Amino acid sequence: MEDFEDDEFDGPIKKFMYVNRKAPYGTVYALEGLEVVLITAAFDQDVSLVFVDDGVFQIKKDQETTGINMKNFSPIYRALEGYDVEKICAEKESLESRGLSEDDLVIPVEILSSAEISELMDAQDVIVTF
Amino acid sequence: MKFGILVNEGPFTHQASDSAYQFTKAAIEKGHEIVRVFFYHDGVNNSNKLADPPSDDRNLVKLWSDLAAEHGVELIVCVAAAMRRGINDDLLAAGFKISGLGQLVEAGIIGDRLVTFGD
Repeated sequence: MEDFEDDEFDGPIKKFMYVNRKAPYGTVYALEGLEVVLITAAFDQDVSLVFVDDGVFQIKKDQETTGINMKNFSPIYRALEGYDVEKICAEKESLESRGLSEDDLVIPVEILSSAEISELMDAQDVIVTF
Repeated sequence: MKFGILVNEGPFTHQASDSAYQFTKAAIEKGHEIVRVFFYHDGVNNSNKLADPPSDDRNLVKLWSDLAAEHGVELIVCVAAAMRRGINDDLLAAGFKISGLGQLVEAGIIGDRLVTFGD
């Protein structure tokens, strides 16, 4: 994580949604995307996190990454609460099609249907997909 | 309208950087304001002044630099993503600056729209 001065920002609060679509390893999008989420929270913005498609694997329990020489960064998701990032949901269809349930995840999430997530998206100011 | 632009892919391999450049240019020509262009992930490679494509190919790095010179567009390269990829101040083409991710968040706050160009 980089240095930042979160007490210097005194602007408006917007609704930022980060949509995580990709598996945690194989590409860097999930890891670098998580860095953006933390910085956005440090700016006191209204942050939501959505896991869809292979993105649901990002929050799967028991990730074992030594064999691919990558750092297992899934514990960082458990720190999100400390950054006041509490609006976290996963898409029901994505979990089901991958044989996953809430018990398989490292953090508690709200499980929403594709249609419900679509409604949430309509309410955002900024949506960024990683 | 005020646009923030996020570029997530490097030049040449993906169309994303070309699309971002063309969108930015078109927006300015239509009288819109570009809050800044933020380069993240492999997008930081758009700032590498050593890029030297064949003469009959577009040089996206130079096109960005020209856009900054002509219209004062702010081109910000994420420091953490740049360091991972070996991009530092010595390699930066004209018009680019290295700064933090806060610049991306701020573009989202200030802008009316944040437009992402990625894979």
